[in-house]
Amino acid sequence: MNFKKILPQLLTLVVVILVFGFFSYNAQVNMENRGITFGYGFLSQESSFDVQFSLIEYDGSHSYFRAYLVGLLNTILVSVIGIVFATIIGVVVGIARLSNNYLIERTAAIYVEFFRNIPLLLQIFFWYFAALRALPLPEKAEPIFGVFFLTIKGFFVPAFVWNNLDIFIYSVIAAIISIVFVRLYAKKKQENQGIQTPVLSISIGLLIILPLLSFLLGGVNASVEIPVIEQLSQTSFTFKGGLKLPPELISLALALSLYTATFIAECVRAGVQGVSKGQKEAAASIGLTPNQVLKLVVMPQALRIIIPPTTNQYLNLTKNSSLAAAIAYPDLVLVFAGTALMQTGRAIEIVSITMLTYLTLSITISIFMNWYNKKIAIKEK
Amino acid sequence: MNKLNFLSPDKNNLYAYLYSGIGLFSLSILIVFLNSFFSLDLTSFLPGTISYFLPLIIGFTGLHLIRIEYSGIKFLDIINKNINTNKFNALLSLLIIFAVIKSLPPLLSWFIIDANFAGDSKDACSGSGACWAYIKTWFNRFMYGMYPNAEQWRINLSFIALAFLGGVGFFATEKFKKYLTLYYVIIYPIIAFLFIFFFISGGPIFFDFSYGIIAAVISIIIGFFIPSKFKMYYFLIIPITIYILLKYVFFYEELIELGKIQAFEWVETGAWGGLSLTFIVSFFCLIFCFPVGLFLSLGRRSDLPIIKYISIGFIEFWRGVPLITVLFMSSVMFPMFLPEDMFIDKLVRVIIAISLFEAAYVAEVIRGGLQALPRGQYDAAKSLGMGYWKMHIFVILPQALKLVIPGIANTFLALVKDTPLIFVVGLLEIVGMLNLAKTNPEWLGFAMEGYVFASIVFFIICYAMSKYSYNLEQKYKTER
Repeated sequence: MNFKKILPQLLTLVVVILVFGFFSYNAQVNMENRGITFGYGFLSQESSFDVQFSLIEYDGSHSYFRAYLVGLLNTILVSVIGIVFATIIGVVVGIARLSNNYLIERTAAIYVEFFRNIPLLLQIFFWYFAALRALPLPEKAEPIFGVFFLTIKGFFVPAFVWNNLDIFIYSVIAAIISIVFVRLYAKKKQENQGIQTPVLSISIGLLIILPLLSFLLGGVNASVEIPVIEQLSQTSFTFKGGLKLPPELISLALALSLYTATFIAECVRAGVQGVSKGQKEAAASIGLTPNQVLKLVVMPQALRIIIPPTTNQYLNLTKNSSLAAAIAYPDLVLVFAGTALMQTGRAIEIVSITMLTYLTLSITISIFMNWYNKKIAIKEK
Repeated sequence: MNKLNFLSPDKNNLYAYLYSGIGLFSLSILIVFLNSFFSLDLTSFLPGTISYFLPLIIGFTGLHLIRIEYSGIKFLDIINKNINTNKFNALLSLLIIFAVIKSLPPLLSWFIIDANFAGDSKDACSGSGACWAYIKTWFNRFMYGMYPNAEQWRINLSFIALAFLGGVGFFATEKFKKYLTLYYVIIYPIIAFLFIFFFISGGPIFFDFSYGIIAAVISIIIGFFIPSKFKMYYFLIIPITIYILLKYVFFYEELIELGKIQAFEWVETGAWGGLSLTFIVSFFCLIFCFPVGLFLSLGRRSDLPIIKYISIGFIEFWRGVPLITVLFMSSVMFPMFLPEDMFIDKLVRVIIAISLFEAAYVAEVIRGGLQALPRGQYDAAKSLGMGYWKMHIFVILPQALKLVIPGIANTFLALVKDTPLIFVVGLLEIVGMLNLAKTNPEWLGFAMEGYVFASIVFFIICYAMSKYSYNLEQKYKTER
């Protein structure tokens, strides 16, 4: 340890401490002047504001903490929907970009270039204020297949009414756990005896049979509830029954998945192109069928390239879902950092909680990704 | 004459297959074309579903007939190789062609044929097409926001001047080439800042701006006579000295006199807006986030633990939160952290927030480049007796930065696309202005035109940037 190494560190530390000290001193003075005391006690107070769309039971009599939960769940909901669709579109477009069909390749390329180069906020506004506003009013809506209604007030789709839903969910979980065991067993069998087990068909079979058993034996049954139009007043109509997807949710999910899909498509393309030609040729030359080449040689190597950047895109999508605030979809930012902040005036506490939530989310995922990266990285000597 | 087998076309009877195939294919396209452009249904005598799918079946058969390998006809081989390799590809190609033909008429009629171009009020737009008169009327606002009309030449002049100064690099002779980095990294941002801060903002401080110009010109002229050994110190000290001298010693009395003369009208930043604000915000964030990111990336790879962990913490913090919460913080939480009498303009706060946010991303990109360099480069530089800074400036960074050009360009692109978010603090750039115009009672119902217009503008900007970065990447690609 010498002087040259200690001095810059000391200076940086002093500067950081001074900046933090300056800020916290000012914050204290400011809060004293305004008569606010710092603390998170307000979370248990009655919130007395309503939220348009909520997955859990909520109204004004619940606490601010519950409002926070409502916002968080809505954020997670739109993120999950966006991730599912972005993955599907992204993989299809990414493969289409590798097609040897000129028209398909160009169409995919135009899609990617177009949606990637337009700000996400603009796309959200476009879907919400322009595209979905062109839909008909509820009373004029044409049913699609007789059960789906696309209206300006949102999409109305049939809902399932479940009896004993918990048993059904347990059966699905049991199916998933047994699939994991089947895979482990098949792998062990292949390593010991060299015999391949048809894991995919067994898995699909399990996923169908176990839930089916729950219907037959567990007393689960589901009925479908179709939305029916209802007149509220002379000019106002709405649909009763079924599930209502608010237009905010739809436009947000649409914009997020179309935008993120372009990035995922590029990841997929880069991944498949990243597997060297020699690998495919070598695999073919030892007598593997094209399907086996894809499954056993190309995909494992391509996935190693695809997965890390794709997870990054999932993370970006989750963070971008905070743009919901712009079209009043009640996500974490709008409900908590917007409405709750306005009502309580506790800027520091609320903004810090919101930021910490997102921070926890991304750091958890990046720790998991680092672990996964280490696990799948090529082990070189 | 060989036997014709229409199930498996081959090279014998090539022309029989070719003519029948091309005939069927053209027929299918003609049917769809007539249907979509002239609403003529050639196949209306058939039952509904069959009539609907007939073009697809005919075209598919046609493509099947011309799918002949190594036919010897160049045109046919190109078609077969590109759109007609197998049945599935043929079907997809047909679907795409039909979709394009089907979607052209409505798009054309909305964009051009039924659209209204003339007029300056809502009544002019009666057709079913787009109302471009709306864009025309609001164009000024979309470009300049609430900036007073009479003063808009100041924005134009600044942008033209900055574009010109930015283009200087292309015309520099060999002798000046070595100063270009210095120019672009230090001098150009300062000039740009002076322009925007003093010229676009205006007000009595405009005179400061003229002092700045005078100081810069004088110091550059004297600079030619300074021996190159002292040039760096000279340019660090003298311009600021001359500026201070001019402001506080020579013209101090005159300033008070001049202040009475009507200078440029002061335009507060709240009135700035439109596309010009997009440019201003992205330009400054671009300038500031790069050096900050560079230092953060060096800090993250440093051997000194305190610096390393502070850098990691800083980078991971900004990368972990969405930009919108950062802007929220800068607007509602940041004022709490300042002394009560201290006020920072919201545009400045936004620029600082976005710069720090993007700097974290730039830092990660540059770190990737630093990691990609082989250890030998570090060892070689050290063995020549170079210190930390010398090693990085002359050996490591030039190579590392070349490697990360695409990544940095992507980050800058993301930055430009993130600028609309400043609506959170109440600054209205082009998307914000659109939302404002949309709610104007005299112009209700033209949201679509506005968004299409803004999309085209952003697409042009971002696409040009990404193509430029691609060229840059090709230009600096060096074999190692």
